[in-house]
Amino acid sequence: MNLQSIFNAIARHRVAAVLLLLLVFPLLMPYEALAANILIFGLFAVGFNLVFGYTGLLSFGHASFLGVGSYLTGIAMVHFGLHWLPALGVGVLAALAAGLVVGYLAIRTRGIYFSMVTLALGQIIYYVFYKSERWTGGENGLRGIQATPLDVGPLHLDFLNPTTKYYVIWLFVALALWLVSRLLASPFGAVIEAIRENEKRAAACGYDVAKSKLLIFVISAGICGLAGGLRALHLSVVPVDSLHYLQSGQAVMMCLLGGMGTFFGPFVGAAVFLYLEDLVTNLTKYWMAVVGLLFMGLVLFFPRGIWGTLVHLLKRHAASAGEHAP
Amino acid sequence: MPNNASIPKTLPKRRQLLQLGAAAAALGSTPFLFNIARAQSANIKIGFPTPLTGAFSAEAQDQVRAAEIAVKEFNDAGGFMGRNVELLVRDDKLNAGEAATRTLELIEKDKVDFIVGSLSAATQLSINAVTRERKILFNSISQSDAINEVKDWSPYTFHEALNPHMTSGAVARYAFPKYGKKIVYLTADYAYGQEMVRGFERAGKALGATTLADIRHPIGAADYSAFLPRIQSLNPDVLVMCNFGRDLVNSVKQATDFGIKEKTRIIAPVLLYTSREAGGAEAFEGVVGGTSYYWGMEDTVPAAKVFNDKFRKANGGAVPSDYGALGYAGIRSVLQAMVDAKSTDSLKVSEAMSRLKYNWYKGEQFYRKCDHQSVQSVIIVESKSKGMKDKNDVFNIVAVEKPDEANLRSCTELGLKA
Amino acid sequence: MSELTPSLLLLQLVTGLALGAIYALLAIGLSLIFGMLTVVNFAHGAFFMVGAFLGVYFLGLTGSFWLSLVVAPLAAGAIGLVCERFLVRRLYGRGIDYPLLLTFGLSYVLIDAIRASFGIEGLPTSTPAALRGAVNLGIGFFPTYRLFLILATALLVLALWLFLEKTRYGLIIRAGSRDAEIVRVLGVDISRVWWLIFGLGTAIAGLSGVLAAPTRAVNPEMGIPVLAESFVVTVVGGMGSLPGAVVAGLLVGVVFSMTSLLAPEFAEMSIYVLMALVLLIRPQGFFGKAGALG
Repeated sequence: MNLQSIFNAIARHRVAAVLLLLLVFPLLMPYEALAANILIFGLFAVGFNLVFGYTGLLSFGHASFLGVGSYLTGIAMVHFGLHWLPALGVGVLAALAAGLVVGYLAIRTRGIYFSMVTLALGQIIYYVFYKSERWTGGENGLRGIQATPLDVGPLHLDFLNPTTKYYVIWLFVALALWLVSRLLASPFGAVIEAIRENEKRAAACGYDVAKSKLLIFVISAGICGLAGGLRALHLSVVPVDSLHYLQSGQAVMMCLLGGMGTFFGPFVGAAVFLYLEDLVTNLTKYWMAVVGLLFMGLVLFFPRGIWGTLVHLLKRHAASAGEHAP
Repeated sequence: MPNNASIPKTLPKRRQLLQLGAAAAALGSTPFLFNIARAQSANIKIGFPTPLTGAFSAEAQDQVRAAEIAVKEFNDAGGFMGRNVELLVRDDKLNAGEAATRTLELIEKDKVDFIVGSLSAATQLSINAVTRERKILFNSISQSDAINEVKDWSPYTFHEALNPHMTSGAVARYAFPKYGKKIVYLTADYAYGQEMVRGFERAGKALGATTLADIRHPIGAADYSAFLPRIQSLNPDVLVMCNFGRDLVNSVKQATDFGIKEKTRIIAPVLLYTSREAGGAEAFEGVVGGTSYYWGMEDTVPAAKVFNDKFRKANGGAVPSDYGALGYAGIRSVLQAMVDAKSTDSLKVSEAMSRLKYNWYKGEQFYRKCDHQSVQSVIIVESKSKGMKDKNDVFNIVAVEKPDEANLRSCTELGLKA
Repeated sequence: MSELTPSLLLLQLVTGLALGAIYALLAIGLSLIFGMLTVVNFAHGAFFMVGAFLGVYFLGLTGSFWLSLVVAPLAAGAIGLVCERFLVRRLYGRGIDYPLLLTFGLSYVLIDAIRASFGIEGLPTSTPAALRGAVNLGIGFFPTYRLFLILATALLVLALWLFLEKTRYGLIIRAGSRDAEIVRVLGVDISRVWWLIFGLGTAIAGLSGVLAAPTRAVNPEMGIPVLAESFVVTVVGGMGSLPGAVVAGLLVGVVFSMTSLLAPEFAEMSIYVLMALVLLIRPQGFFGKAGALG
């Protein structure tokens, strides 16, 4: 068994591999809350990457789907007394709807204008939620999200236990990742990658480019919404800046750091980013400069990101090794 | 590509081993510490989340400095049953999501006994949401009206700082009779601003004041020129700036530029020492506002002199700010309650704390039973630009409203049992 | 709500123009860089902030507002020149997203650099002595400084127009933004032109910072909302169009000002709604070229 065959095995069962790693993840992290945050933001980055890395659209408003998912899950629980399981469903549905509206409006534009429209629409959503204080708590955020324990057979799932909470979140993330993997491996996955490579050519081949873009946008919004709902359960609050464009910028950062257009990349990016943040903020108050330098360094020298560069190097190594086979 | 001699398809075993070894060494030497059970520390731990970075870092650092004084003097006096108190300071970046995560870290990883802190309404409510679910005592040291209300309150929730209702009421009761009854509000459009307006209008009604207008501005607005012509045309006796920190600095400066001070007196519910520094003597000249503490009180309040001297000694002659003093009081109250309860269990300490009567730095204080709000005096100050003895002498104390439960909202109004 | 007299409305309008003057300047800098280099400068708000800090700093050093008005933008422009030469230049030809992301990271570094140099609190500012007080416009009192802003911006726009239309260098710039290849073929060192344009754009951003400083609090975060607002203006006017930047800047300023008076809860949202509407109905903006960068 050499490195190459291990790598091939992982690539084939990539979902299982990621999930296995995440299963033991809490043991590697200094505290469970950080590990849970990595799960949540990893999922957020994966959802965002569907649009950014795989379809080639730079959206600057994806935080609104994270936020809509968080808020609607929270509102369902706090104002309507729903149990957290159906509340999560409400959050995801709301995010899908928001994705439909924003996507429909944004898809009509291209390139830089697409980024600007998503920024503008994202900010509008931010202000709407900010102002609706009765429902959202406004500046103070939505509080009082208390997940009641759920009994599943012999298991008593109480969110106050950090380990239990982590594995419940893990379950949902696992499901979502499996879905994304199936999606990307399907013919539809090939279509959106074709759109990224050359939109006109994809259209010439007979694919409905606009509809495909919209579909992937909506799915992406749903995944980000799920991440948002899970975040609401994790923190017991929904902070209002979940919806701000700087939060969208963070998603871009994570995908860039890990590697856009790869399956693992966003997760790696989220993990490294959050872990680094936890580490660096204990050492210096100039965390923002570190992020900025990291960002610039990636764009200039490692646009493929950590994971993407690794994959690229391994592929090159495999190619050069194979070329001289007798 | 040059044609070399055949290169083996598989890596030789030695190289593989080396690679594995390197990986293991890297993993072992990284900061990826394994989450093994930690030895139970003998120290009593108090978590202290506060925004060390961001707009209020100056206040936050003052809070930390003052809190450290409280912890040190407690340990120097012998601690609690032979155990020392340890202060675990964490940066919440003035961000509600970060505050929640830090609180989770403090409770789950550091296993703190109590939590004291916060410097904004959003962050304290966020911290509180996490602490009350896990039954950990939390003493909040910044302003909020919402934390007294039934939706957010819990038996483990304590509020050391003033709340908007108390502050605005006190300032109104001083300013309206003195300067006039026609009032215009320039309000930051979020919970804090709205709570301030509500407090002012309530107190104002009892004094016969009329609201000419309540003009809302977005929080963090840089440019107030859009609102000032209208204020000018209304010609009020008093312009109340219901905003905070940088917003206050901005709005006061621009109002001064527009010449509003010629006919109108500007007042603010909370006049921070740091805002006054940032805005400068000229912009703030004549502005009247409320505060929980001003170092100048040492002339009349003995406890203030004692506290100021402790702070000066530990900080090279610097004087404590308003929020800094709350850092001291917040810790001291919890420590005293712990001693009274003879326990570190949050429930027992909460019960002892709710019965506490104390005078740490500004006079007599106690917690109201139904909402654990610290009933305390409100200091009314007026900013000055002439006759300053030194660079710290920025305010004149013009009035002190004595502690009185009647100045708080009633328990029933808050939805709590009296 | 009190009586909406015509003079109040007019005064609010003039206030909007003063606000818009700063917006216009910011948009000019952004459009210049975009039109010429096809680079979306996400650090534009940061350069605005840097300009404001340097302006206050030089004012403190020299005691002269007029001097700081010249020196601070030059310093901001110099920083811009360095950034273009060593950072942005490497990304030409890689696609429009890369310089955008690079400048986004750059903005973070600039913010912390200012924090490290001047502290997190910010610097206290005051209106320069010669421009203090208010002028009676007949419809009410209006701060002298804000009148100065409107005037100064008008002069700067005129100067820029003269430069672009009447000088040889301006000709090169206009030609270069239309067709860089041909200009290169004609023997002009286009990369040098780009370098200087980037510097000019960031200098203008810095200048708007210096001008805006007396009207607002100068702190390291002041550029964050400004960035989004600059995008609104540039999109509405048309990315790459200088007349568009001026018209849209004034328009956005007035829209914000009037909404603050008539429907204050929607004031902030109003400019983003305007942006969204323009993008959906006429994506190239009022003066932009259709299909420019789609």
